[in-house]
Amino acid sequence: MFLPLARRALAGAAVVAGVIALTFVLLRAAPGDPVEQLVGPAATPEQVTLQRHALGLDRPLPEQFAAWLGRFARGDWGRSIVTGRPVRAVLGDAVPATLELAGLSLVLSYLLGLAIGAVQASAGPRLDGALSVTTVTLFALPGYWLGLALIIVFTYWGRALPAFGAAGLDADALTGWSRAGDRLRHLALPLATLTLIGIGGTARYVRGAMRDVLSQPFVRAARAKGLSTFQVTRRHVARNAIIPVVTLLGLSLPALFSGTVFVETVFAWPGVGRRLVEAVQARDYPVVMGATVVSAVLVVTGNFLADIATAWIDPRVRQAVR
Amino acid sequence: MRPLLRDRRAAFGVAVLAIVAAASVAAPLVTGGRPTAQGDIVATRFLPPLSGDGGGGFHVLGTDRFGRDVWTRLVYGARVSLAVGTLAVLLSITLGVVVGAAAGVGPGAVRLPLLALTDFALALPRVVLLLVLATLWRPSAALVVIVLGLTGWMPVARLVQAEVRSLAARPFVEGAVAVGSSRGRVLWRHILPNALTPVIVAAALGLGNAITLEAGLSFLGLGVQPPAPSWGNMIASGRDTLVNAPWVAAAPGMALVVIVVACTLLGDALQDAWDPERHSLTLPRAPSGRPR
Repeated sequence: MFLPLARRALAGAAVVAGVIALTFVLLRAAPGDPVEQLVGPAATPEQVTLQRHALGLDRPLPEQFAAWLGRFARGDWGRSIVTGRPVRAVLGDAVPATLELAGLSLVLSYLLGLAIGAVQASAGPRLDGALSVTTVTLFALPGYWLGLALIIVFTYWGRALPAFGAAGLDADALTGWSRAGDRLRHLALPLATLTLIGIGGTARYVRGAMRDVLSQPFVRAARAKGLSTFQVTRRHVARNAIIPVVTLLGLSLPALFSGTVFVETVFAWPGVGRRLVEAVQARDYPVVMGATVVSAVLVVTGNFLADIATAWIDPRVRQAVR
Repeated sequence: MRPLLRDRRAAFGVAVLAIVAAASVAAPLVTGGRPTAQGDIVATRFLPPLSGDGGGGFHVLGTDRFGRDVWTRLVYGARVSLAVGTLAVLLSITLGVVVGAAAGVGPGAVRLPLLALTDFALALPRVVLLLVLATLWRPSAALVVIVLGLTGWMPVARLVQAEVRSLAARPFVEGAVAVGSSRGRVLWRHILPNALTPVIVAAALGLGNAITLEAGLSFLGLGVQPPAPSWGNMIASGRDTLVNAPWVAAAPGMALVVIVVACTLLGDALQDAWDPERHSLTLPRAPSGRPR
């Protein structure tokens, strides 16, 4: 059980290491460097040289990488060029916010997608067709645009839900339930957006996976021996169809993270995605680097958990892994 | 081919793509002028859809905050979307077929590193990579094409690799080898043509994906730069005027949904025509050597 999982964890670590190296090389290969932005247009060449030396940018690339890696491993991720805050502090606040938004939306969109896909797989052509139109439309919706539409309806017209940020101006003065309620009201629109765009893909995939299983001979055999439709679905179809669905869970994590980037930007949700976009727009290299690493770690960890889940629910994989 | 033509999903997809392509090629004929044309801004801005501007101009989809015609910008934006999407998909398919074919026929020393590279690239969050690359070089349509192409080849490579390997064991390939065809000829004439069907499915789905991502990058200001119109930067500019002029952002968003739905349905129909027994969507198989 442990050896293959350890191998997979190692592969995940390799991916993170690759992301770190790739981002570092790309940041240094690109034209222009942060020094010019830091010192401003009025700086003399001596000041530029001094600043470059202070940041260690005048040393050879491998040496810079080794130095950066050493500091990174010791927990010193540098400071934001724009605000001067330590990168770890900037991202430390952002990770829980992203996990909250992405995690809840993953659970919700999976439950709803599973339900819709399962209904479609067993429904007649008319209902299946209508739901297919719905799911393909949800699948095609750009998250940021859906977010804007929801803002118009629920914030400007309905005056019901806040559209920006994770807490109201008075949140610090609130306590207990009213504070939690404030958080939930701020969460509602971004969560709804991310969930809606996630449902489409999941439902489409579940429908396909269940149809694949339904056409298997063992399902016909189960029917032939007189099991009820419910029994066939629960005991024979669902148990087999769940395996590719859990695999999809791992594969859909990069897309989920992409979704949070746009949704967080539209709703000013203080997560990793929004920090990344802000840093990218301000060319704040240390924050870009940190946010890239954090997002790679989140995605790889999620993939690893999905692998464990697959091994846990699929006796064949469990057997092979042993 | 016959069932494909009768498939309503395929018909819808092809029709939408054909109409959008025709409109964007004939953009000067179906619109009233240049996408960046603006007159008296105070008099012509934020005109609602289906209104005249008093100067003889009629605006089917209204005007934006500079008094520019939204319909005209939408059609010229379709040029950008289709061109960027098509070129990006061509690039990623070329890369994917080359990597997949090399991994499919090559010895283990070639195959395993290529598969590892594919798995690695597949595990990267694509949007993060897009953002990083778009930060570093000056944003432009050409950069978007290259970046989308470089980050989109992995599913194609996986599909082609699997297909090539299963085809290589088929009798007609053994026959070609037996009559003395060279390796290159066997690959080029016998294996690749048969391996291309899943690639077409991936291309249809990839086109929708690339168009979405281009719009997303342009929405964030990292793609096509204003005043050149792109659906993404049109939505971004409409975002500021959401309350008093919602049509500015609504039109390009709906266009995006329609074209992505068209690509997806076309891909579904192609998938069914190619392999009617299989209902699962063309997704990359699970990374790493999972037993199956």
